[in-house]
Amino acid sequence: MKITTARRIAQGFFFSLFVWLCLVATVGPRWTQWRGWPIAWFLQLDPLVALGTVLTTHSLYPALGWAVATIALTILFGRVFCGFICPFGALHQFVGWLGRLGRRPKDKMAANAYRPAQVIKYYILLAMLAAAAGNLLFDLVRATRTSVGLALGLAAAVALLLFWLTLRQIIPNVRRALLIGAGILVGWTVAALVLSAHGGTLALLQIGWLDPIPLLYRSFNLFVLPAGDLAVERWFPSGRLYVGVGVIGGMFVALVLLNLVIPRFFCRILCPLGALLGLIGRGTLWSIGKTGAKCTECALCDVDCEGACTPMGPIRVSECLMCMNCLDNCPTAKPLGYRPRPSSGGEVADVGMSRRGFVATLTVGLAAVPLARLDGSTKGNWSPGLIRPPGSVAEEEFLARCLKCDACIRVCPTNTLQPAGLEHGWEALWTPVLNNRIGTSGCQLNCIACGHACPTGAIRPLALDEKYGTGDFADRGPIRIGLAYVDRGRCLPWAMERPCIVCEENCPVTPKAITVSETEETLRDHVLTVAALEGTTLKLANAHLPPGGFASGDYLCRLAGSDRSQRIVANGADTLTLDAPPALPVGTAAASGAPATSGDAEGPTSPPVAAGLTATIQVRLQRPMVDPSRCIGCGVCEHECPMSGLRAIRVTADNETRGGTHGVLLRGK
Amino acid sequence: MNSAPDQNPAAGSSTPAPSRREFVTRGLQVGAALALTGGVASWLWNRHPPGDFNREAAASLLPDFSDRTAGPKMAIVTGRERPAMVRRALEAMGGVQRFIKRGDRVMLKVNAAFASPAILSATTHPDLAAELVRLCLAAGAASVVVTDNPINDPESCFTLTGIAPAVRAAGGEVILPRPGLFAPGTLPGGRLIRDWPVLHEPFRGITKLIGVAPVKHHNRAGASMTMKNWYGLLAGRRNQFHQDINGIIVELAMMVRPTFVILDGTASMMANGPTGGSLADLKPTQTMIISTDGIAADAFGATLLDKTSADLPYLARAAALGLGTVDFASLHPIRESVAS
Repeated sequence: MKITTARRIAQGFFFSLFVWLCLVATVGPRWTQWRGWPIAWFLQLDPLVALGTVLTTHSLYPALGWAVATIALTILFGRVFCGFICPFGALHQFVGWLGRLGRRPKDKMAANAYRPAQVIKYYILLAMLAAAAGNLLFDLVRATRTSVGLALGLAAAVALLLFWLTLRQIIPNVRRALLIGAGILVGWTVAALVLSAHGGTLALLQIGWLDPIPLLYRSFNLFVLPAGDLAVERWFPSGRLYVGVGVIGGMFVALVLLNLVIPRFFCRILCPLGALLGLIGRGTLWSIGKTGAKCTECALCDVDCEGACTPMGPIRVSECLMCMNCLDNCPTAKPLGYRPRPSSGGEVADVGMSRRGFVATLTVGLAAVPLARLDGSTKGNWSPGLIRPPGSVAEEEFLARCLKCDACIRVCPTNTLQPAGLEHGWEALWTPVLNNRIGTSGCQLNCIACGHACPTGAIRPLALDEKYGTGDFADRGPIRIGLAYVDRGRCLPWAMERPCIVCEENCPVTPKAITVSETEETLRDHVLTVAALEGTTLKLANAHLPPGGFASGDYLCRLAGSDRSQRIVANGADTLTLDAPPALPVGTAAASGAPATSGDAEGPTSPPVAAGLTATIQVRLQRPMVDPSRCIGCGVCEHECPMSGLRAIRVTADNETRGGTHGVLLRGK
Repeated sequence: MNSAPDQNPAAGSSTPAPSRREFVTRGLQVGAALALTGGVASWLWNRHPPGDFNREAAASLLPDFSDRTAGPKMAIVTGRERPAMVRRALEAMGGVQRFIKRGDRVMLKVNAAFASPAILSATTHPDLAAELVRLCLAAGAASVVVTDNPINDPESCFTLTGIAPAVRAAGGEVILPRPGLFAPGTLPGGRLIRDWPVLHEPFRGITKLIGVAPVKHHNRAGASMTMKNWYGLLAGRRNQFHQDINGIIVELAMMVRPTFVILDGTASMMANGPTGGSLADLKPTQTMIISTDGIAADAFGATLLDKTSADLPYLARAAALGLGTVDFASLHPIRESVAS
């Protein structure tokens, strides 16, 4: 079998596996649902995910250990991940191949020639890593203040590095090396003197914008699969909606279509993971290269080169995507091979970054941190609408871990989890946030799926006991993600004299966090005059009531001066029928000459007594109130509120338990 | 300037006149294009402006499934095991075969409103649903479908309550709601159910309808039992109906005429309903009610919640329309007990 056939099989397999792992990421008992499928496996394979989160959190989230295997694979065999495994790469290769069908070899060769723009991906990687590494650097500087051993060790490491760079003549002479060394020493010392003892988090994890694996997960989870489901209504009976899908899906479509302009546009020019693997794979043990056998320079190897790494001329090893097309195209004599030796045709080790570009990009990356954080979005100016899913860690730690892969959003059974827009700061873009107006329900009480889908621990995998605050977690209480507030200006029973309490009905907490205060509210526009009384029916003078409008069982009638209201069971335009003979005002009974206590004994009809009396209509209202000590912020009430535009009960992230700083109640109350 | 004729040889006076053949061909092409445009436009012509407020609703309401056979109208069985109780109650009513004939297509409307486990009794118990599926199939039913339009996420509800796996294991089919299954309907004489999405598609071919609901406290309606259970046939923004909860329950009673209903009072939710969430909300009332009259069943159910039928205004209002009786004793319910 040809090596390119093997590659195509591998690409087909891994792409199908990727789609399958996205497809099955739904909660349910069937084997086509999540069950034990390793839905985040491609994210775990991704070394940029591992490196990025290690830089921001200083620890490796266990499952990300798969990335070590990818790094080892790259060191030994080159960018096999890009050529054989990466599902996004497979998609680009396929679309690019379609776009070049029928083209002449000359045109294909031109399309697959190396472009200087391919350096851009290294700058993107550098900026992302610099933004992620700020904290690590500052922590190291701080640590040298207290640990002499660390300071000496770091100094020795820097000296060794300078020595090596001088030997390789990257630094032109010893004087320059000494100058640089002195500069670092001075800079370090000054930094150590001025740095505050306890800095905040100064790291941004923004690799998810362009890291192909989170990008592809996001695009499939939020755009490709829901779009497919529109047609077949198979996976989600009630459909899936995602805020901002236009940008997320549009970015995906644009990147795929750009293959028609430049083959593998994303891989060659934008992909920060490819850049990382290219740097790791620069010294790869096995690589494509000329063997020394006679080469006619027919250039067939350059015709279908996916990486634009010029295998015929001096090969750019870091650009080689291991598509193996060159080996396949190379005619009989085989001057080209895949061997554990450098190419006899020469190799270009330089990826093309300029020193100025390097420093400028580093500056951009480091500047991104204060650019994002000085708006106070993780401090006092935190966004109350940013309701994170249950199990989410404190916001700064959350942002240091979240990849924007949106696996949590895909797996959320109710569709209430949504990608954040720019309203919570650009750093939070496409991270998960609850939107209780969308989906089939708020955040379900018995669900902990999102935390188990999260590949990096931005959302912790909870046990139900921990979520409820029961069992071993009884002393901590339940996990709250926010607090519901009744908007008394929009609530039917509070503002509009109409019964409702759908929110109370649906509150899933026990005892309910929404309780009701009962009241009988006198209707403003219905002060009536009684003309006569017949049995249980009041005849009214000059009344124009909606027939049946007060017969729902929620309305009561009270005669002026009476001590109680009575339920209305039927009404006409000028009649009100009560569930019992009307309670007459005490004073009226006395005026008629009869003893007050024998009012009922007089018989059902007493027109002279009732005529002329004023009657009012009351509506029995139950008005919802939220108990902040019980409310967990699940948002089921907000979802169900019949005020479907701006809900009359709404959850904000106030009182959320994560971070411990947004509490509403005095401790112990 | 003088290069214009070279760039566009068709323009200018130097162009030769078209031949007769060319003229006729072009004329026919233009005529066909105009006719096509006019034809498509007249085919699509619609002088009514868009708007759904004056639309005549497709009156797609449900057929009458009510039982017309002679026999007992109500049975009340005490006990602990739901399957045994429901079997005994059905025997007392004259056996399943009184209601379900060979070839019948049965719909079981359960209460699957919440995604909570069966033990909390906020939903129809899976043992009960499965037993009913088995009994109907054993009586010769061609199929039994089980459905509801829950409040929480439908798939989660049917899975977590245990209803879906139990029903499937018993040979029944679970239908999860999705927009395509509902159609707008208007209840004749109704004030609330007008041009409202009502469950429609799953009723195709159905010949028998059974309602199965637990006994639950409900702050707004007083209680949620078999009559309130029909709420689950509605879609759309049905929560608005809470403004007239008694009215909507009465209209549902007008709209839905089931073959019979089962009210499960094995454990009644006395407080914190209709969601519950704690065993402390439940009381072991150990009663199973079957009736061909949902009003009578619910009137009895009220007593399990320590309420009277006067506490539930919808009972009397529905009875006044001739849909059943509040006075369940007048049906002479058969009372039996299942020892456990």
